[in-house]
Amino acid sequence: MESVNLVGPVLVMLAVAGALLLADAFLLPLLGPWRGRGAWALAVLGPAGAVAWGAAHALAGSEGVAFQGAYTLDAFSLYFALLVAAVTGAAVLVSPDYLGERRHQAEYYALMLASGAGLMTLAGATDLISLFVALELTSLSQFVLVGFLRDDRGAEAAIKYIVLGAISAAITLYGIAILFGSTGHTSLAQVREAVPTALAERRPVMVLAFILLAAGLGFKMAIVPFQMWVPDVYQGAPTPVTAYLSVASKAGGFAAALRIFVDALGVEPLAREWAIMFAVLSALSMVLGNIMALVQSDIKRMLGYSSIAQAGYFLIGLAAVAAGVPQGELGTGGILFFLGSYAFTNIGAFAVIIAISRHIGSDEIADYAGMARRSPLLALALALCLVSLTGIPPTAGFVAKLYIFNAAVQAHLVWLAVLGVVNSVLSAYYYLRVVLTMFVGEPVAPGEVRPTPLLGAVTAAATVGLLVVGIFPFPLLEAAERAAEALI
Amino acid sequence: MLSLLVFLPLAGAAAVALLPRRHEMGARWLALATSLACLALALTLFAAYDRDGEQFQFVDRHLWLSSQVAPFDVQYALGLDGLSLPLVVLTAFLTTVAVLVSWGVELRPKEYFAWLLVLETSLLGVFSALDLVLFFLFFELELVPMYFLISIWGTGRRIYSAWKYVFFTFFGSAFMLVGILALGTAAGTFDMRELQAIGPLRETVLPAEAIFAFLMVGFGVKLPVVPLHTWLPDAHTDAPTAVSVILAGVLLKMGGYGILRLCLSILPEVAQQASLFLGAFAATSILYGALATLMQGDLKRLIAYSSVSHMGYVLLGASALGTVGLVGASMQMFTHGLITGLLFVMVGLVYERTHTREIQNLGGLASHLPYLTVVMVFAGLASLGLPSLAGFVSEATVFLGTFPEHPALAIMGVLGVLLAAVYILWMVQRAFWGEPQRPWHGLKEKVAWWERVPTLALMAAILLIGIYPAVLMDLMELGVKPIAERLA
Repeated sequence: MESVNLVGPVLVMLAVAGALLLADAFLLPLLGPWRGRGAWALAVLGPAGAVAWGAAHALAGSEGVAFQGAYTLDAFSLYFALLVAAVTGAAVLVSPDYLGERRHQAEYYALMLASGAGLMTLAGATDLISLFVALELTSLSQFVLVGFLRDDRGAEAAIKYIVLGAISAAITLYGIAILFGSTGHTSLAQVREAVPTALAERRPVMVLAFILLAAGLGFKMAIVPFQMWVPDVYQGAPTPVTAYLSVASKAGGFAAALRIFVDALGVEPLAREWAIMFAVLSALSMVLGNIMALVQSDIKRMLGYSSIAQAGYFLIGLAAVAAGVPQGELGTGGILFFLGSYAFTNIGAFAVIIAISRHIGSDEIADYAGMARRSPLLALALALCLVSLTGIPPTAGFVAKLYIFNAAVQAHLVWLAVLGVVNSVLSAYYYLRVVLTMFVGEPVAPGEVRPTPLLGAVTAAATVGLLVVGIFPFPLLEAAERAAEALI
Repeated sequence: MLSLLVFLPLAGAAAVALLPRRHEMGARWLALATSLACLALALTLFAAYDRDGEQFQFVDRHLWLSSQVAPFDVQYALGLDGLSLPLVVLTAFLTTVAVLVSWGVELRPKEYFAWLLVLETSLLGVFSALDLVLFFLFFELELVPMYFLISIWGTGRRIYSAWKYVFFTFFGSAFMLVGILALGTAAGTFDMRELQAIGPLRETVLPAEAIFAFLMVGFGVKLPVVPLHTWLPDAHTDAPTAVSVILAGVLLKMGGYGILRLCLSILPEVAQQASLFLGAFAATSILYGALATLMQGDLKRLIAYSSVSHMGYVLLGASALGTVGLVGASMQMFTHGLITGLLFVMVGLVYERTHTREIQNLGGLASHLPYLTVVMVFAGLASLGLPSLAGFVSEATVFLGTFPEHPALAIMGVLGVLLAAVYILWMVQRAFWGEPQRPWHGLKEKVAWWERVPTLALMAAILLIGIYPAVLMDLMELGVKPIAERLA
C-alpha cells in the first residue's frame, strides 16, 4: 500500500485516463452535443488530483522507494511530477477552445493524461526497466496525439514522429542493454556502484552506452542533432499538444537524462567525458536552433526552433554538473529552475497563440500585425512571454538564464557561458520581431480579438507566474535546489 | 525612501496605462506629476546626503535570490554615494524635461508616457543598485522601453535604429554579464561595497584582465567608445525628441558610471595597466567624434556625433586614474547631460517649426525665432566649453587631471575642444544667421509654456554649475575618493 501512496499522483492520472475511455463508451454519448465538454470536465480531474496528491506529498515531506526500487519518490521526482501534472493540466484546460466540436475528444484527453503519467514516472524511475516503460508509455500516447487533427500536415507530423521516435526508442534500449550487460544491474543505484569496475574493464563499451543513451534521450529533449522532428511536429500537431510537447515532454527527457547521467553515470572520470559531450551538444543546439528560428514565418514553427535553442541552454546545466559539487547541484538546480520558468513562459505563449488563431485562423507571424490594438492584453501577455524567452528582466527567463550561466562560469565553462549569452542576443531578433509586429504594425484586419474566459485565465496565470518568478524567484529556486540535492 | 524613488515612476507608469481611454490626454499630467515627485525626492536625497557620513547612504537592502548550494547570493541592495547621487538627480531632472517637451505627443499618449516612466525606473535603478546582478538587471530593463519608444514614436528609419540600438547594447551586455558572473564567482559576492574592499582577485575562472575587458565592452558600447559607437547617431537621430534627451543625457552615463564603479574601483590593478589604452581610446573618440561632427548636415545627427566626442572626455578623465581626472569625468557626465539635453530639446523645437533638420535648408532663423536662437546659442556656447558655463568646468577639470599622466593625450583632447568650437559656431551661423534658404513666411515663434519651462530650467542649471561648480563638485569628490584611493 505504501508503494501505491508513493506513486499516487501517477495513478490518479492513469485512473482518470482509464475512466475517460470507459465513460466514452457508455456515459458520454448520453450528453449529445456536450460530449466533448463532458470528457473535458472529467479529464481535468486527472491533473488536478495529481497536483493535489503531489502537493500533499510535498507538505508531508514523504519520500520512499516503491515497487522494489522501480520508482523512487524524492524531491526530484516530486518536482517533476508537479511540473508535468501542472503542464498537462494547462494543456487540458486550453484544449476545448481548440478542439471545438471535433470527435474522439475523450481519447484525446485520455492519451494526454496517459502521456503525462508516463512522464511523471520517468522522473521517478530508478530502474532502467521502469525508465524504458515510462518512456514508451509517454511516447506512444504522443504519437497518436500529434496526428489527432487528421489533416495532411498532422499526418506528416505524426509519421515523422513515429518513425524517428521508434528509432530513438531502439537506440535508448540499446544503450540500456549495454549498460546492463556491462554492469550486470538494472537498478540505477547498483549501476552506479558497478560503473568504476566496468569502466576499467570495458571502457569503449561504456562510452558507447552513454552515447547511445544521450542520443535516445536527446530525441525527447529535442536537442541538435536529434531535433529533426521538432519543426514539423510542432507545426502539425494540435496547438495544445504542441504546448504540452514543448514543455512536459522536454522536461521528461531532461529528468531521465539527469537520472541516468548524474545519478548512475555521474562518476569520475566518466562524468568529465559526458560533460564535454553535453557542452558540445549544448553549443550546437543553441546556435542551430536560434539560426533556424530567425527565418521562420510560422509562429508555431518558430517556437519549435526556439525550444531547441532553449534546450541548448538547459544542457549548459548538464555540462556544468560534471565539475563536481557544489557546481553539480548548481547545474542541476539550474536546469530544474529553468524548466519551471520555461513552463510558465511556453504555456502562456501557446495559450495566446490558440486564442489568436481561433480568431484569425492563421499562425503566420505577419498576421499578428497590430495585435496590440486588436487585443492589448493578449499582445502584452505574448510580449512578456517572448521577453522572458529572450531573457530580459523582470521575467522568469532572466533569472533562469542568470542562474544557469552562473553555473557554467563556476564550472569553468566560460566559453559556453559566453556562447549562451551571445545566443540570447541572437534570439532577441526573432522573439522581439514578433513583439514589434504586434505593437508597431498596422492591423491586417479590423475587429477585436477576445480570448475565451478559460484561455484568458490560463494566459493570465502563466504571465503572472512568469513575472512573480522573475521578481520573487525564491520559492521556485528553493524547490529546484532541494530537488537537485535529492538527486546528488 | 530610495526604493520609493526608484519605483515611483513604475507606479506612475501603471497608473498612466490604466487610465480610461476617454482621458487619454490626462496621461501627460499624470506623467508630469510623477516625474516632478521624483525630482522632489531626488533633490531631498541630495540635500539629505550627509557629507561627513558613510560612503553609501540611504541603503535599502534585502536578500533577493539566494542559492542553498553555492556561493551565489544576490541582494536587492540600493544605496547612493557621491558618484551616483548627482546622476540620480540628473535622471529625475531630465525625465521631467522629457515629459514636458513631449506635451504635444498625440500618437498613443498613454503608452508613450508609460514607457517613458518605466525608462526612468530602470535608469534610477542602474545608478542606485549596490549589487552587481541588480545593476545588470536594471541595465537590461532599459532596453524594453527604449525599443518601443524609438520604434513607435521615432522618425526616419526608426525601426532599423531601434534594432541597432537593442543589438549593440544587448551584445555589449552579454559580455558584461559574463564579466559580472566571473567577478562575483571569483570574489564570492556581488555586493559592490564588499567588492570595493577586496584585494586583488586570486582564484578566478577568468583572468582579471579578461573580466576587465568584458566589462569594458559592455560599457564601451554604452558610453560609447569609438569603434563601438555606430548605433548612437542612428538611435539619437531617429528617436523622438524627449527620448534623444534621455538617451544622450542619461543613458550614455550608464557606461561612464559603470566604468568608474566597476572597472576602476573593483579592478584597480588592471585599470593601472590599461590606463594608457583607455586614454588612447578616449582621444580617438574625442577626435574621431569631433571630425565626424564636422561632416554632418543634419542638425540632430550633428548633436549626436558631438556626444561621441564629448563622452570621450569622460573616458579620458577616467584614464588618468587620479582624483582630479575622476571628478572631471563625473562632472563631464553631469554637464554633458544638461547641455546635450538642451541641444536636443532645441533641435526638436526648431524642427517642429521648420519641418526640416538639414542645416543647408535652414538659415536666417534668428529673426523669426529669436527666443529659440538665443537658447540655441547659449547651449552651443556651453557645449564648446565657454568659461562660466558648465561645460568649461568639467572639461577643464578633465584636462587638469589628465595632463600630468598622459600629456600628449590631454593635448589631443584640447584639440577636440577647438574642433567643437568650429562645428558649433559653424552650425549656429549657418542655421540661424546667414541668408534664409527658404522664405520663412508665417514662421511664428510662439513658445508654449511647456517649451519655455524646460529650456529655462536647463539654462539655469548650466549657468549655476558654470558659476558655482562646488555645488556638485564637493559631492563628486567624496564619491571618487574611495576609487582614487584604490587606484593609488
